[in-house]
Amino acid sequence: MRAARFWGLVLSAGCLMGLCAPSFSAAQISSDPVASTRSDVTINVYNWGEYISNGTEGSMDVNAEFTARTGIQVNYTTYDTNESMYAKLASGGGDYDVIIPSDYMVSRMIQEDMLAELDFANIPNFQYIDGDFKNPDYDPDNKYSVPYTWGVVGLFYNTDYVTAEEAQSWSLLWDEKYAGKILMFDNSRDSFGIAMKLLGYSFNTEDEQQWREAADLLVQQVPLVQSYAMDQIFQKMESGEAWIAPYYSGDAAILVEENDNIAFSVPEEGTNYFVDAICIPKTSTHKAEAEAYINFLCDPEISYENCSYIGYSTPETAAKEMMDPEITENEMYYPSEETIANTEVFIHLSDTTNQLLDSLWAEVKMGGPGQVGELIAILVLFLGLYIGVVVYKRRKRAREQ
Amino acid sequence: MTRNKWISGPYLVWMVLFIVVPMGMVVWFAFTDNVTGVFTLDNILRIGNYSNVFVRSIWLGALATLICLLIGYPLAYIISRVDEKYQNVIVLLIMLPMWMNFLLRTYAWMSLLEDNGIINNLLAAIGLPRIHMINTSGAVVLGMVYNYLPYMVLPLYSVLTKIDGSVIEAAQDLGANRFQVFRRVIFPMSMPGIISGITMVFVPSVSTFIISKMLGGGGNMLIGDLIEMEFLGNSYNPNLGSAISLVLMVLILISMGIMNQFSDGEDATGGVLL
Amino acid sequence: MKKAKAVNERAHTRTRGNTSPLSKLYMALIFLFLYAPIVVLIIFSFNDTKTMSRSVWSGFTFRWYVRLWEDSLIQEAVWNTVIIAVVAALFSTLFGTVAAVGISHMRGWRKKAVMNLTNFPMVNPEIVTGVSMMLLFVFGAQMLHISSLGIWSIIIAHVTFCLPYVILSVLPKLRQMDPHLYEAAQDLGCPPLRAFIKVVLPQIMPGVVTGMIMAFTLSIDDFVITYFCSGTTQTLPIYIYSMTRRRVSPEINALSTVLFVVILILLVLVNMRRSDDKKEVRT
Repeated sequence: MRAARFWGLVLSAGCLMGLCAPSFSAAQISSDPVASTRSDVTINVYNWGEYISNGTEGSMDVNAEFTARTGIQVNYTTYDTNESMYAKLASGGGDYDVIIPSDYMVSRMIQEDMLAELDFANIPNFQYIDGDFKNPDYDPDNKYSVPYTWGVVGLFYNTDYVTAEEAQSWSLLWDEKYAGKILMFDNSRDSFGIAMKLLGYSFNTEDEQQWREAADLLVQQVPLVQSYAMDQIFQKMESGEAWIAPYYSGDAAILVEENDNIAFSVPEEGTNYFVDAICIPKTSTHKAEAEAYINFLCDPEISYENCSYIGYSTPETAAKEMMDPEITENEMYYPSEETIANTEVFIHLSDTTNQLLDSLWAEVKMGGPGQVGELIAILVLFLGLYIGVVVYKRRKRAREQ
Repeated sequence: MTRNKWISGPYLVWMVLFIVVPMGMVVWFAFTDNVTGVFTLDNILRIGNYSNVFVRSIWLGALATLICLLIGYPLAYIISRVDEKYQNVIVLLIMLPMWMNFLLRTYAWMSLLEDNGIINNLLAAIGLPRIHMINTSGAVVLGMVYNYLPYMVLPLYSVLTKIDGSVIEAAQDLGANRFQVFRRVIFPMSMPGIISGITMVFVPSVSTFIISKMLGGGGNMLIGDLIEMEFLGNSYNPNLGSAISLVLMVLILISMGIMNQFSDGEDATGGVLL
Repeated sequence: MKKAKAVNERAHTRTRGNTSPLSKLYMALIFLFLYAPIVVLIIFSFNDTKTMSRSVWSGFTFRWYVRLWEDSLIQEAVWNTVIIAVVAALFSTLFGTVAAVGISHMRGWRKKAVMNLTNFPMVNPEIVTGVSMMLLFVFGAQMLHISSLGIWSIIIAHVTFCLPYVILSVLPKLRQMDPHLYEAAQDLGCPPLRAFIKVVLPQIMPGVVTGMIMAFTLSIDDFVITYFCSGTTQTLPIYIYSMTRRRVSPEINALSTVLFVVILILLVLVNMRRSDDKKEVRT
């Protein structure tokens, strides 16, 4: 509570007041000269964290390169799950020009009329996208989206503690032997996807009973889970803080390549095959510039630079050919037909199921469903305490008088 | 001169527009359906599903408040007895960490508490067994205590430093021992400080988010996290979120009411806190 | 508090300064608790690590500071934060001081009602204030067909939560002031506004300055309310939050260190200036 600050100032009216005061102008002074020269247009790009080549370690700074070529400024912000990105847009809390949702979220947003139709005349580089990725199920007429990258979900595990055999099944995530060393996706669709696969169901079912079974399974997992995480898994896996984490194949580029004791596997029960696609929300006010940005990202050269850095697989053969064959022949980055055959794509769920999923997920995160009675008891307790104190004070005052 | 009171008119309009109206919207959202927009009690009733979050938040918040009081009271007392030359410096040093963003402070604790963190590495280096600390409710309480301890110490200090030494001497002259002096004189006189300290720690502790996410791991979600989740997180439902906010607000206001009964509430500081 | 007020503001009669060793130890432990995390943050900002570990030391480097300096997103965030803080502080001080003058002339239930309204945002949990404002801003943006939340909504939110602090710093000063002075000035033919500026303002100035400083620091540091009202705009705390969610890099430690050092330097500077002032007064 801020009141403390107030206190701090009031109580030491003498010395402190002046002191605490300008302390924060700090940040300002140190970096004032920044004020960048702004061109007329700034587009708001909303992307996943760790999902663009940002100029570190000798890579290309994709956004800076775009600005250098076009003069269009990029206000780049990140989210960590499809659902939170959706919430931000649905709540009206953000006015973005470019977003990069995954397949199922693309179709959900199409259905809810949140995406703008793209003008492909402004995106000539769309021609480089491989035929397999055109007219996908999530956007059948390919009017709203351009694929950015693709991959599969699998298990990252620490080879010092976990054997490769164990990592062949999602049940590893429920293994009590590893309690406290397991990380889990911090979003509903991915987490439920794993639970559904383990139960042998399709994660695109509309059967409420199956979703509830999966929720029960996830509630059982709660005590074993160290943390529900997204991009925090990098640090937690690399430092050995956690040993097992389900995540996206592309991130093997960092986790497996840079750490000898981390391996990646795709469990036998099957997994999720995903495509993340670039879209423009309906609320965008700079659609042409946003399309220029999309076109830029589809440039094979940029796609090559970008995907080489982030590690996810590119949907462009032209870009793939530029890469080191060591990478393109690696199962982790470009899974074999066989692996892909055993995958399923997230499909858009009905509104009812989506809402069910959202509320079940909240319950899982909160440690299972609670009781109404408990809450009422708390409220009654608080009120009772309040009334008790008031009555006691009254009596006391009366006695004193 | 009487006309002057009307010059706060614009202020009132502003506060009504940006405090009262938003609260009204929270109430409105809490009692309407998220698709059709018609009146419903569903959201309120659904909160029952999250009762364990409320229990956990209140419990951890209360625990953090108690620990802050137990640590903060002796500290405030000691500072109020230190040579006046140094008092301001000490108070300043207590406040200094507060000027760093709480996200950074909490982040710092992550690196200390981890299983392979600094504390555990130190323990291992001197041959002691490692302790599992992070991702427990204890770590969440620690995070709260660390972030909100100054909020307890400052009001306590400001009250304790104003207690006239002659009052204590008088009590001693009348034959009171040290414990009696504390029990009968110092403690009652510091009551307003205790009350505002408790409120200032309890309210943010109960409604915090992020701290539990960073230090508490998977099983320690609090009300604040739940509200964030419903508005900008992974299960978008602002109507349910509003209902939860409403209940949280009612709980907080009742507990403020309780605390207010203990302070006589006529002076300025009481006013600050309701 | 009432009792405490009855006695002298600062009791000098009591003997102070004889702190026992036990007390000193206790204070030392508390300071260890308060500063250990910060020291650790600072040390690891110089850590030359490849594995991005937060807790294994592997050599000294200034690399993270260089990267921080080159990070255009941080610069943008700092710039936004400062603009918002300056605007919010100026506006809430102006607005709040005028309001305080009005409130100080109120009596009875009216005053009580206004004070309750003023206190409400301070006791209400921040997160509730945040989401309630978000609901309003989104609704307002849709009604008025303006592009969604951004710097304007953050400024409004910040002004709103700063106003009570300004008012509560100014009110006590107004209460201490002799009301007849203002009337006397007017009797002598001074127009009301001029009388206010010439007579009232100088007397309440310390309160006004405190309020403004409060507003400025609150605005710079706010995360929770800004998080809900920020739209696409990033302020420094919002950026720090996104840093903690990403793959960790010691850049965040470097940023903490820079902030800490700047705070420290300013504190020392202000302190020195203050003691200079005191000396001048004495001579």
